Amino acid sequence: MTTRTESLHALVVAPGTIAPGRVRPAPPRRREGPAKLTGTALYTDDIVVPGAWYGATLRSADPHATFIALDLDPAFDWSRVCVVTAADIPGENVVSSIKSDQPILVPIGGTIRHHAEPLALLAAPDRSTLREARGRVTARTVALPGVFDPLESDHTFASYTIGAGDDIEAAMARAEIVLEGEYRVGHQEQLYIENNAMIAVPTEGGGVTVTGSLQCPYYLHAALKRGLGLDDAAARVIQAETGGGFGGKEEFPSVIGLHAALLARKAQKPVRMIYDRHEDISATTKRHPAIVRHRTGVTADGRLVAQDIEIIMDGGAYCTLTPVVLSRGALHAGGPYRCPDVRIRARATRTNTPPNGAFRGFGAPQTEFAAEVHLDRLAERLGLSPLDIRRRNLYHPGDITPTGQVLRDSVAAEEVLERAAEASEFVRLRARTADARRRRAGSGSLPGSALRTDRERRASGIGLALAWHGAGFTGSGEIKLASVASIELTADGRVRVLTAATEMGQGTNTIFPQLVGEALGIPDDAIDLAPPDTAEVPDSGPTVASRTAMVVGGLLIKAARRLRGTVEAATGGSFAETAADYARQHGPTRIDQKFEPYPDSTTFDDELYRGDAYPAFGWAACVVQVDVDLDTGEVQVNEVVAADDVGHVIHPVLAEGQVEGGTLQAIGYATIEEIKLRDGRYLNDRLATYIIPTALDAPRISTILVEAPFHAAPHGAKGIGELPMDVGAPAVVAAIADATGVWITDLPASPERILAALTGRPDVAGPRPGESEPALPPAR
Amino acid sequence: MTTYHLTVNGAPAEVDVPGMRRLLDVLREDLALTGTKEGCGEGECGACTVLLDGAPVDACLVPVCQADRGDIRTVEGLAAPASSPGAPAALDPLQAAFLVTGGAQCGICTPGMLMAGRAYLDAGGGPDHDAIREAIAGNLCRCTGYTKIVEAIALVAGAHP
Repeated sequence: MTTRTESLHALVVAPGTIAPGRVRPAPPRRREGPAKLTGTALYTDDIVVPGAWYGATLRSADPHATFIALDLDPAFDWSRVCVVTAADIPGENVVSSIKSDQPILVPIGGTIRHHAEPLALLAAPDRSTLREARGRVTARTVALPGVFDPLESDHTFASYTIGAGDDIEAAMARAEIVLEGEYRVGHQEQLYIENNAMIAVPTEGGGVTVTGSLQCPYYLHAALKRGLGLDDAAARVIQAETGGGFGGKEEFPSVIGLHAALLARKAQKPVRMIYDRHEDISATTKRHPAIVRHRTGVTADGRLVAQDIEIIMDGGAYCTLTPVVLSRGALHAGGPYRCPDVRIRARATRTNTPPNGAFRGFGAPQTEFAAEVHLDRLAERLGLSPLDIRRRNLYHPGDITPTGQVLRDSVAAEEVLERAAEASEFVRLRARTADARRRRAGSGSLPGSALRTDRERRASGIGLALAWHGAGFTGSGEIKLASVASIELTADGRVRVLTAATEMGQGTNTIFPQLVGEALGIPDDAIDLAPPDTAEVPDSGPTVASRTAMVVGGLLIKAARRLRGTVEAATGGSFAETAADYARQHGPTRIDQKFEPYPDSTTFDDELYRGDAYPAFGWAACVVQVDVDLDTGEVQVNEVVAADDVGHVIHPVLAEGQVEGGTLQAIGYATIEEIKLRDGRYLNDRLATYIIPTALDAPRISTILVEAPFHAAPHGAKGIGELPMDVGAPAVVAAIADATGVWITDLPASPERILAALTGRPDVAGPRPGESEPALPPAR
Repeated sequence: MTTYHLTVNGAPAEVDVPGMRRLLDVLREDLALTGTKEGCGEGECGACTVLLDGAPVDACLVPVCQADRGDIRTVEGLAAPASSPGAPAALDPLQAAFLVTGGAQCGICTPGMLMAGRAYLDAGGGPDHDAIREAIAGNLCRCTGYTKIVEAIALVAGAHP
């Protein structure tokens, strides 16, 4: 180690320099950290491929139309470029996903179902030729009327009913108080800072290798096989360094990856397909907008009697992953509370807007926002504090969820709630904000508002929320996935981890060697990682659903224990001391570990929606302090205390990073992030107009990591990535209500919506979330 | 085409390009310095932040003609070169601090964030978190919530006497 880093280490371990009061073991540094910090890590657009052409996508300008013809200007020399249409697709013209409804390219005579839908592809040896060719292509279309309101759609992608059926009315009749409410949330953009990007290289024998920014190599692998008619070996997918995903690089890479591969195959040249930000926001998947209606019955002392919940999600123009997003949303819709009678009816419909898809939380942030705000409104009606109504209803071990799942193990709802409340001094601060609210009441000078005073322009508030998040795939998903993770003792005595789990910032590359090293009794830096390349690694499932640490990490520990057992049985010594000798004598040894159902779990019935919906749940509580400007309606989020139960903390720095980052995404969702639409088209499709929180918008975030181990996993770990996303937005809205006395039911809680509520003038709120404004009349 | 004379990470560089070519493209494509990233191409995200005569600029908004005879510093110029072939580069204290606090996650905003942080420190900025947040307000990060980035810069600022 060099002098300069040594001096920093000295500085770091000096007492009191970082986070006084927190004692941390020294976790390993992020494995690929030095490469990222010195600029040597290669993201897709950084990779130099000699002779590569530049690819582009021609997209529809209509939200719904018949595609009549693609006109190529005869004055242009088309031999200079490569044009791909649906007629050039050698396999099925389908983006492989849950359903087969999305074409790779709309065929001539086919139906365009959303704005920015891919119609044809172009590639050229340089950017200026590409630009020129793009200007010489015209798509001829005949417009069709569009459907933009999910409530008016005649096509349902998926629907589910969970729970009580017709008994709900009888149950509701037993309640002393019944409260109804409707909540709406709009599109949210993942906004990874690296745009979607792929490079496809044709290989001998008609195959193709695609290197790109992606979460799930085997999703794209399956899509290439189907769309290009390739076998397992001819389709090869390699993940480049990936600059954030958050779900946005879960299923969408199949689209851009197929496009790059089709161009490369026809041109017989490597093709770079690199989106700019405008194209990325215009054309790629968003979080599903949702309308959530609650009718909830409680006793006079605030115990839940019946919950009747209806969810409508806007799937956009194609199915993508909508059925599983809706499923997760429905399964979490009641919130982490026991209730004897629950009915949840959920459906997702088709509209002529770009397809929605995976985004951190995957349906749960939408429904848990509604559940938490509704519970707070019940508490207000009953004169209960937000803390007390949650204490009275939260899940304890032994409670039963709406699908009949018994929560036997790893239930930390109470612990995260109490720890967040205590650390944030919730009770004391809330008494103070309530006093201030009473003092302001009735003294307002703003017409219609009880709040604005001549003395105080800013009102402070504090709010809390509680959430749960199922770790791993929903229902029987993990069994169907049948993931495999492998460990190899190489001939030269090194240990190598082989999985398709990708690093996109969460820390996979760092925690896998930790887990395996501990299981083998060797240091983590003695363990190598195989490159995320479908030619080398087994299909350990997609890197989604907060499943990597829990599921894939668990498989690796089991594989490592088997390897250790094999070596130690043969040598009689410890793995650390004898593995190299063993490898010299026996050659390489590889252990493939396949997923097996967790012990004591009940199989989930995908038809009836009964059984164990998830192997385990993570639990999160969040307390938020805000200031609301009563003149402008602007919200500043100042402080957040987040308590998250992740089962077992593998790496505290990385775990905190997940909580902090997820919390800020949730705050953006709550306050400023919103896609506006007109005639089915995104209006704010640039980074200048779709805004996310900066360092100045971000609050101070204090993280409390809670460990309620999941005993069926060898390390006790559950998911972490999505948990903080579920809980931030309702806490912000609760804090705004505490400051102002008004409940915001639509996200984001924009200044317009807050002023509309404060002044009692709904007309100033603007369109509802996800609502598409009508097309402007044609210009004269 | 015009010839522009730049100093990049201490070494002279000459490029023969149109004057309106973005400094970002000159760095990434003509000089093969791909550590500097493009996130939006319109000066919103700060991923392409480099130092031009010591001041942080968005390289996507600077035509190379404006950088002629300028002193440019990119992320590649932060670490001291390795003392011997194969040895790790000697990280700048700010890079080392990012590694310790967890300031880099996906890493795509990191080069720009490091350059904004370096400019702040070079200007004598202290460990006050609000001042640090102001200094990096033009650099978007979607992974970290900024907490650990601010901690990293404060750590280095606090080490100065």
